[in-house]
Amino acid sequence: MNALIVSPLLIPLATLVATLLVRRDPRAVAAISLAGALALTAAGLVLVGLAAQGQILASQAGGWAAPYGITLVVDRLSAAMVAITGIVGSATIVFAMARDEDPARCRDFHPLVHGLLVGVCGAFITGDVFNLYVWFEVLLVGSFALLVLGGGRRRLSGTVVYVVLNLVATMMFLLAAGMLYGASGSLNMALLAQAFAAGEVPATAHAAVVLMLTAFSIKAALFPVFGWLPASYHVAWTPVSALFAGLLTKVGVYALIRIVTLFWPDAGIAHEVLLWVACATMLIGVLGAAAQVEVRRILSFHIVSQVGYMILGLAIATPLALAGAVFYLIHHIVVKANLFFIGGIAARLTGSERLAAMGGLYARAPWLALLFAIPALSLAGIPPLSGFWAKFVLVKASLDASAWIAAGVALLTGIFTLLSMSKIWNEAFLKPHPAGTAGMRSTAGLRPALWAVTALAAMTVAIGLAAGPVMDYAVAAAEQLAAPAAYIDAVVRAGGH
Amino acid sequence: MEILVSLTVGALVAIGIWMMLDRGLLRVVLGVVVLGNGVNLAVFSAGRLDGRAAAFVTEAGAPALAANPLPQALVLTAIVIGFALFVFALAVLKRSWELHGKVETDLVTAVAEEPAPDLPPQGDKA
Repeated sequence: MNALIVSPLLIPLATLVATLLVRRDPRAVAAISLAGALALTAAGLVLVGLAAQGQILASQAGGWAAPYGITLVVDRLSAAMVAITGIVGSATIVFAMARDEDPARCRDFHPLVHGLLVGVCGAFITGDVFNLYVWFEVLLVGSFALLVLGGGRRRLSGTVVYVVLNLVATMMFLLAAGMLYGASGSLNMALLAQAFAAGEVPATAHAAVVLMLTAFSIKAALFPVFGWLPASYHVAWTPVSALFAGLLTKVGVYALIRIVTLFWPDAGIAHEVLLWVACATMLIGVLGAAAQVEVRRILSFHIVSQVGYMILGLAIATPLALAGAVFYLIHHIVVKANLFFIGGIAARLTGSERLAAMGGLYARAPWLALLFAIPALSLAGIPPLSGFWAKFVLVKASLDASAWIAAGVALLTGIFTLLSMSKIWNEAFLKPHPAGTAGMRSTAGLRPALWAVTALAAMTVAIGLAAGPVMDYAVAAAEQLAAPAAYIDAVVRAGGH
Repeated sequence: MEILVSLTVGALVAIGIWMMLDRGLLRVVLGVVVLGNGVNLAVFSAGRLDGRAAAFVTEAGAPALAANPLPQALVLTAIVIGFALFVFALAVLKRSWELHGKVETDLVTAVAEEPAPDLPPQGDKA
């Protein structure tokens, strides 16, 4: 049981070491890297299978009972996040095999991706506030190096912005963790949740939680602290920016969901603030996208806007709304990573990612147009794709909770998203290429990239068509989130020898 | 002692933030370091500076001069991580300086906002 809980950490870590050992052989590096990511997916799916039965797996490092040992907990939400991390990681690695790129870049790419995955998975399964900080740092180190991979003026400049603002957010988190410990004497999330529920913590601890949520808001790119995201994501190498787009802000969203549901399970002032922040994030993000003229910059602003939906679910905090947030997380990670992949392929085929210099893709590559249409329509929330169910549940939960404005903003944002996607469609796909057919590139070497994109698009369709089982899982996950007693109980029972 | 530590934390954080508002990116990065040290000291002091929250209690009772060692262990971790990130930030700055001849916040923003470069004409690989 213990081995299974730590497997989301051990698998990427072992893969990282293995890829470094064979780094002279690029084929071996890529093969090991892919095997590692697939193993992580398998481990995640096994965890989902166990979590689906309703058990919460908990483990104490070294057999020390809480609060002395570091706690790892896997509930339904964590298991789903680990599985989806493995899936997006695998797709990214397959995509990166596509181009006959600079071998040095590919060689460095694989170990760094697994370094990032360790941090992401660690953040998803830890049950300890300081440990969460450490995993954030692990994924930050990996993301810094990945972002700057390949070098160049734009990339370096984007990295500077990303590094400085993320360091500030991380420091806020560290300060909050220290304050929380000073005020409550514990860093274990379950024990803290117990103390919060019993009203045994001083006001300082609540202040520390506010500071912590602010730090997570920066990580999750919420309004008004999202500026770093559209300033940096568009400069990275395509597979890197797709991986970031899929996973990184969602770690912040996950942390927000986890901390708020554990420490402040009852709706209060924090939920009220989050509700308005969510509305502003949805609207400002999508309006920001309208002003952009490059594919990846448009998509970056859409990340911000979409994160708003998840926070909307958290803010309303009914089990249905939380289920919507969980469903949205799962759906969004797949769709967003896929759109960045397709944007990269489109740029490769047309020679540019500026919309003005793109075109002719519908005639040249109709299959790509279809592959773009699936995640793009899903992002906008067109039935029967996955995004429709996600938005449907969130809007229904908002209406049930009489949050009329939030429901209106969510629907309006969906319309703007559709407009934005049709802008990319018109410019990159329908319009003839400005340089005529001579401007189009060959599709040579793109096959693995297309496999990755097709697999993710198939997942989007599958989640949409089989929305029932996925939604059942999300509802069950939300029930666990809404009633943290089981989580606390699992951690306390996981005690050592 | 606690007042002195609190004031030091406040001063370090204030200096750090002030430096981060500078145009020169080297000062921004150094500001992050100063801010980080302020935060580390704050976490350190969360374990109290006297024996009020000692981790181990002997038969004779809690040692009067022992502080809680856990935040010290946390800070140790944070210092190591912070140092690694600082070195990475310096490396990025050095490379930017080699490319631009200067590193200022306005320049960095402007370069990152430049339109995406188009791929070179077919045939030659970038």
